Amino acid sequence: MTDFDQLRFTAEHEWVRLAPADAEAGTAPSATIGITAYAADKLGDVVFVDLPDAGVEIADGAVVGEIESTKSVGELFAPVNGTVLEKNAAVEDAPELVNSDPYGEGWLIRVEYTELPELLNYADYQALLGDEAESVQ
Amino acid sequence: MPDSPGQHAADPQPVIASPDATLLDATATPSEPLVLSPLNEVHVAAGAGFTDFAGWQMPVRYSSDLAEHRAVRESAGIFDLSHMAEIRVQGPEAAAFLDYALAGRLSAIAIGQAKYSLLLTPDAGIVDDLVVYRRGDTDFLVVANAGNQYQALGALLERAASFDTSVTDESDDTALIAVQGPKARAIVQAVPGIHFLTAPAGAPDDRLHPLDTLKYYWSVDAEYAGQPLFVARTGYTGEDGFELYVPAALASALWRDLVIAGEPHGLVPAGLASRDTLRLEAGMPLYGHELGLDTKPAQAGLGRVPNLAKGDFVGREALERDAANDTAVPGRVLVGLVGEGKRAARADYEIFAPATSGADAGADPGAAAAAADAAAPVGLVTSGVLSPTLGHPVAMAYVDPAFAAVGTEVAIDIRGKRLAFRVTTLPFYRRERD
Repeated sequence: MTDFDQLRFTAEHEWVRLAPADAEAGTAPSATIGITAYAADKLGDVVFVDLPDAGVEIADGAVVGEIESTKSVGELFAPVNGTVLEKNAAVEDAPELVNSDPYGEGWLIRVEYTELPELLNYADYQALLGDEAESVQ
Repeated sequence: MPDSPGQHAADPQPVIASPDATLLDATATPSEPLVLSPLNEVHVAAGAGFTDFAGWQMPVRYSSDLAEHRAVRESAGIFDLSHMAEIRVQGPEAAAFLDYALAGRLSAIAIGQAKYSLLLTPDAGIVDDLVVYRRGDTDFLVVANAGNQYQALGALLERAASFDTSVTDESDDTALIAVQGPKARAIVQAVPGIHFLTAPAGAPDDRLHPLDTLKYYWSVDAEYAGQPLFVARTGYTGEDGFELYVPAALASALWRDLVIAGEPHGLVPAGLASRDTLRLEAGMPLYGHELGLDTKPAQAGLGRVPNLAKGDFVGREALERDAANDTAVPGRVLVGLVGEGKRAARADYEIFAPATSGADAGADPGAAAAAADAAAPVGLVTSGVLSPTLGHPVAMAYVDPAFAAVGTEVAIDIRGKRLAFRVTTLPFYRRERD
């Protein structure tokens, strides 16, 4: 069960799960990024994802990847400034994970971010979806 | 224009084929109310997602368009095609009228037979592609695309002026349900409420069910709940299947009966997304993509549809002129393209000569010119998808004749990256006949 209150959202229908810096482990704050169930549903069956490799620097708002369904192409926008730590290789092999588990196994990239822009909370995102809000669950 | 709720259905562009449209604005609302199918409530209850198709709110998918596509290839799918336009042509000169109004010789088909045809402009551009069913000696049903309902109806009415025939739009009263897939026949036969009135012509044995002997592109009259039902062995998926024309008021009941009859056979409701990928694999053109007013039949590989052996018909002069004019610059022609990997080449992507072309031109004085030419597109994709059945990208495209031969390599610009594709024969997918 996804705890939506732990997630942040963007108007581009992406979700961001923040992990704080860990001084002991020496890790910087990171963010895992995926697309919302609403976005996955609107795209239809995802058949191909093109994700940035580890080490690639990303800039807030820039297009850094693509999510293709049979019918359309969705762009992956970077929701933060930072550097890609890891892309989800499993989702490259099995793009249907984006549909079956968008908030879990269907995550797309994990990035180390330098600064956190203003993101939507769950209630904000629900409000953005309006009548279609229930489809997120 | 008739004053009906369908009249804003004039937009010929199916929105489901537009990339990028779906993710941009969650709160977008259509500017005009969409026409609802008589089956709309059935689709809502089934959890369908909807799309605006030529002004109609139609199911785009119920759950997974890939699963729906597979079901049609492997068992069966049921489609609501009530957006299609049904135009009835009746009268002593109905056959002669259709011979004049359409490109094919419709007078030559037998009662019960169906024929694919084209409605041409005087310049031989394509107003619509359609299927014509002969219901009786002087009675035809013309089925046009939803987006062309009023263009087709208007052209037919205008061309009927000097013929003793009526042209009637029956679209609002008619629902169309398609059952497509290898199990389609068993499913339609299993609906207890469908009664076939006549055996199809040439049925050799009355112990056989009428659908056992019904040939592809033939039709048969039936009854459902005491009302006329018209069953045709036609479709747009590359599979065996049936299209059932039923009074709109009975559509929901017939749909439910078909779903019940289909359950043991793996029948699933299928939306327009899978219909598009199925027809594309089967190499079938879609108006607004492969066909349009600026497309000549021969360019689209439909050169055999116009029948120049018959009498006068709209578009004939232009076709004869094109055939006689050896110096005419040939237009681009429709081809099938296959690629490797997983990236689909989609509608409106540009096609170029492959990067290696002309690389060894050396000191050839034409090299500079060739290099300049290489920068210009040689074609344009009209439809494309990662083929669910074949697992690789397939596309239909118009290319310069020099690039149309089977085996020719081209490069398609897929959002900034040029990927290799190769011309192949259509269709991409052909079912195994039993």
